[in-house]
Amino acid sequence: MALDQSFAGRSYPPTPPYEVGREKIREFAEAIGDSHPAYTDPEAAKQLGHPDVIAPPTFVFSITYRAAHQVVRDPALGLDYTRVVHGDQKFAYSRPVRAGDRLTVTSTIESVRSMAGNEVIDVRGDVHDETGEHVVTAFTKLVSRKKEAS
Amino acid sequence: MTATVAYADVETGTELPAATFPVTRETLVRYAGASGDFNPIHWNEKFAREVGLPDVIAHGMFTMAEAARVVTDWAGDPAAVVEYGVRFTKPVVVPNDETGALIEVTGTVAAKLDDEARTVRVDLTARSAGQKVLGMARAVVRLA
Repeated sequence: MALDQSFAGRSYPPTPPYEVGREKIREFAEAIGDSHPAYTDPEAAKQLGHPDVIAPPTFVFSITYRAAHQVVRDPALGLDYTRVVHGDQKFAYSRPVRAGDRLTVTSTIESVRSMAGNEVIDVRGDVHDETGEHVVTAFTKLVSRKKEAS
Repeated sequence: MTATVAYADVETGTELPAATFPVTRETLVRYAGASGDFNPIHWNEKFAREVGLPDVIAHGMFTMAEAARVVTDWAGDPAAVVEYGVRFTKPVVVPNDETGALIEVTGTVAAKLDDEARTVRVDLTARSAGQKVLGMARAVVRLA
């Protein structure tokens, strides 16, 4: 089933704030095996000019994906979620995510199209802190694979 | 932001120190918990095979995180990364044994972008079991 093209360009209200904790950053850094001290030691982060520990570059995906998920699961869009794979991912940073941030995500469906029988949807997640400062934008391409002819 | 590599010291073609990252089933369970991505294709072999995969596969975002380490370890300050993007081309298949899989990452300065902003583009390659697992893997990095 073709997706509802009218969803392209649609924006959604900002998510409730996600509060970034030092220990969550530590857990994530350990999970990717990265011992960079700026992720776990506030003093090391300060020496690099950061007010508190910072998060690895891909940490924010957990937050933006949760927001994108709500958008692409809108039944009116018509996406078969069981066939969705992650196609591309990109981040554009104004600054690193850091402990103490209270982040909101505003999701926008940038495009909806069919390519070779697959449905391709591009979702942008603009992440701001509680002062309204832009932190990072996540660009997520999801591909719903066509069903094989049976 | 305090990158330890100076813009003046790099040229197009400068190679970053390469790295190899091991990934086992335990790694994936840990990453699932830390990231909140509990899709069973990353930990349940039966489920993975039922949806047509050869075995359990790593989270694409895990591979993306490992590839970034070649850039952040080189730059010194992870905040030096101003843009980072990848395409997920092939899955990293993770067998249920002690060794699991390896993700081999290399990076090269592909272009010096802006003399004033001191930004360079780093092109990354990531391979596992002889296959390219990321495409268009690029980072824009602000150097000292």
